[in-house]
Amino acid sequence: MATQQSRSAARLMMAPAVILLLGWMLVPLIMTLYFSFKRYLPLRGGDLGWVGFENYVRFVTSSAFWPSVQATLIIVGGVLLITIILGVLLAILLDQPMWGQGIVRILVIAPFFVMPTVSALVWKNMFMDPVNGLFAHLWQFFGLTPVEWLSQASLTSIIMIVSWQWLPFATLILLTAIQSLDSEQLEAAEMDGAPVISRFGYIILPHLSRAITIVVLIQTIFLLSVFAEIFVTTQGSFGTRTLTYLIYQRVLESQNIGLGSAGGIYAVILANILAIFLMRIVGKNLDA
Amino acid sequence: MRLNHAFCAASALALLAGAATAQTTVTIATVNNGDMIRMQGLSDEFTAANPDITLEWVTLEENVLRQRVTQDIASNGGQFDVMTIGTYEVPIWGKQGWLVSLNDLPAEWDADDILPAIRGGLTVDGELYAAPFYGESSMVMYRKDLMEAAGMEMPEAPTWDDIAKAAEAMTDKDNEVYGICLRGKAGWGENMAFLSAMANSFGGKWFDEDWQAQFDSEAWANTLNTYMDLMNNYGPPGASTNGFNENLSLFQQGKCGMWIDATVAASFVTNPNDSTVADQVGFALAPDNGLGKRGNWLWAWSLAVPAGSDATDAAKKFVAWATSKEYTALVAENEGWANVPPGTRTSLYENAEYQKVPFAEMTLNSINSADPTQPTVDPVPYTGVQFVAIPEFAGIATQVGQEFSAALAGQQSVEEALEKAQAITVDEMEAAGY
Repeated sequence: MATQQSRSAARLMMAPAVILLLGWMLVPLIMTLYFSFKRYLPLRGGDLGWVGFENYVRFVTSSAFWPSVQATLIIVGGVLLITIILGVLLAILLDQPMWGQGIVRILVIAPFFVMPTVSALVWKNMFMDPVNGLFAHLWQFFGLTPVEWLSQASLTSIIMIVSWQWLPFATLILLTAIQSLDSEQLEAAEMDGAPVISRFGYIILPHLSRAITIVVLIQTIFLLSVFAEIFVTTQGSFGTRTLTYLIYQRVLESQNIGLGSAGGIYAVILANILAIFLMRIVGKNLDA
Repeated sequence: MRLNHAFCAASALALLAGAATAQTTVTIATVNNGDMIRMQGLSDEFTAANPDITLEWVTLEENVLRQRVTQDIASNGGQFDVMTIGTYEVPIWGKQGWLVSLNDLPAEWDADDILPAIRGGLTVDGELYAAPFYGESSMVMYRKDLMEAAGMEMPEAPTWDDIAKAAEAMTDKDNEVYGICLRGKAGWGENMAFLSAMANSFGGKWFDEDWQAQFDSEAWANTLNTYMDLMNNYGPPGASTNGFNENLSLFQQGKCGMWIDATVAASFVTNPNDSTVADQVGFALAPDNGLGKRGNWLWAWSLAVPAGSDATDAAKKFVAWATSKEYTALVAENEGWANVPPGTRTSLYENAEYQKVPFAEMTLNSINSADPTQPTVDPVPYTGVQFVAIPEFAGIATQVGQEFSAALAGQQSVEEALEKAQAITVDEMEAAGY
C-alpha cells in the first residue's frame, strides 16, 4: 500500500526521466514550429526573418503537395492490406504442425532483420531490373515483354518492397494470437459440421481482431514515414513522392529549412488525424 | 619482446617529438571515390614530410558528403579544415565568402598549369577558391566492333544526326544490344546533368539574362524530343531509372552500342577485369548541332579550405600537396599512369607516358571544349555548363528531372513535362527572390 510520502518520492525520482523524455520530444517539435514561421535559407545567409504563415501557404499550394499526401495514403493502405491478408494466411499455415517448423518460422521472420536500404537495393537490382532482373527473365521465359517495374508500376513496386519487409511483423503478431486460440472450440465447431470458411469467419477472424488492430496501429505509425525504400529506388519520381520525401526535398535538396519545417508540422497533423481516426474506428477493439 | 621495446621507444620518441612541435590536426572531408581512397593511402608521404601535421579523414558517400559539408559551412560549424567539393559549390560558396582564397599557394604548385576550363570553374572574381583534384567532361564511348559490323565509322566530332544513325544501325534488341544508353534517372546530377549539357548544343538554356526560365523555348522542345526519340527507339528498357552506375554496368556487359557520359568512365570500360568489351571501345567528342556548343559537361572534384577553419595554413599545405605534380608522379610510380587523377593539369597531357593511355587525348579535348563561363549559345547570367551555380539549382533541377524522367517512362508527353518544368522553375525562382 503506497503511502502519501512514498508516492511523492516516486514522483520525485521519476521526474528526471519524464522531463528528459518530454524534452526529447518537445525540443525538436518546438524548433520545427519556430523555423516554420521563418524564412530560413542556409545558403542565402541563414535566418532572413519572420514570415508568418507564408511557408504553410506555399507548402500546401505547391503542385506537389496533394499528390504526395495521396501517395503516402496509397502506400500505407496498400501495405496494410497486403500484410494483413497474407499475414493471416501465413499465420494459419505456420500454425499447422509440420516438419522443420522452427526453421521455417525463422525464415519467414528473416526479412524483418534486413535493413530497408539493403532490401530496397536487392529488390531494385535483383528482381525489378528490366534487363537483368529475375522478374524480367521470368517474363521473358513466358514470352512476355518485361515490366519496367519502378517506372511503369512505381507505387505498386514500393508497396511490394515495403510489404515484404513488414509481412514478418504482421505474421508474428497474428501467429501468437492464433496460438492462443482454444483448439477445443475449433474441434467442437468441426464436429458440428461447420465448414472451413465458417470456422475461419466466425471463430478465427473475430479472435484475431485485437491482433489485427495492433498490427494496423503500429504499422501505420511506421509506414507514414517510409523513406529509405523510395530514396533508393525511385528518388520520388513517377508519383512516389510521399509527404516525408517532399519534406526531405524541401529541406535538404532545396535547402529551405522554413518551408520544410512547415511541411513537417503538416506531417505531424496528418499523423495525428490518422491516429485519432484509427483509435476511434479500430481502437475500440482494444477495450474488449 | 624486443619488438615491444622498439615499439615503446618509438612511441616515447613520437611523444617527445609531439611535445617539441605543436601538432596541428587537419580534418578532411572527402568522397569515397577510388581516387580519393588512393590519396588517403598515399598521404603517409605527406605526414612524413610534415611531422607537425596530423590528418584526420571523414570519408563519405557523395550525397551524404554534400549534405554534411553544406550544413557545416552554412552554419559555420568549423568541423572540417579541407572539404572536397565540386564545381557547383565553389562559385556559390566563394561568392558568399565561405572559402579561403588559394591565390597564395606556393609558386612551385604552378597555378598556370591548371587547365583553363577547370580553373575558370573554380575562380570567382579572380580568386581561386579550390584546387582541382580530378576533372572530367563527358564524351561518346562506342563499340568499334558494332560500328564496323554496321559498315559505319564514328567521326571524331559527331553531330546528333550521326549519333541517331549510328544508334539505329547498332540496335539489335533481340540480342539485347541497344544502340544508345543515356541517363534517365531523375536528379540534378543524373539526367539533368546530361540534358542540360545536351540542351546547350541545341541552343537551349536554363535562364535568359533576366533570370526568366526557358523551358517554353523551342530549343528545349527539340532537345527533349531528340532525347526521347533516341531512347524510345534505340535505348534499353527501363532507361528512366538508369543513372551513371546502371549504364556503366550495361556498357560493360556489352549491351550498349554507345554511351555518352563522364570521361572518367573511360578507364572503367577499358579495364579488362570489369568490362567484356574492354578492347572494343572507341571515343568521340560529345555531339553538337553546328551551333558552336557541344553537349558535354565539365566537372572537377576539388579541395577547398572553409573560412571557419582554425588550421588554414596546414590545410593549404595539404591541398597544395594533394593537387601537385609531385602527387601525380607519386601515383604513377605506385599504380601506373592510367590511374593518376585525370583532367586537371596541362603538364599531364604533355607527358609522353600519359599520352599512351587510350582515352587521354579525347578527355583533354572534351574538357577544353567546355566553357563554364560561357556555357550556352546565347549569353546567360550564370556560370556552370551542366548546372546553374545558384543555391536553388539542386532542388529545382531534381524536380524538373523527375518530370523528364516521367516523360521518358511514358507517363506524360514531352509538352506536359516541359510545361511542368517551366512552372516549377518559375515558382521556385520567384520564391528565391529573382
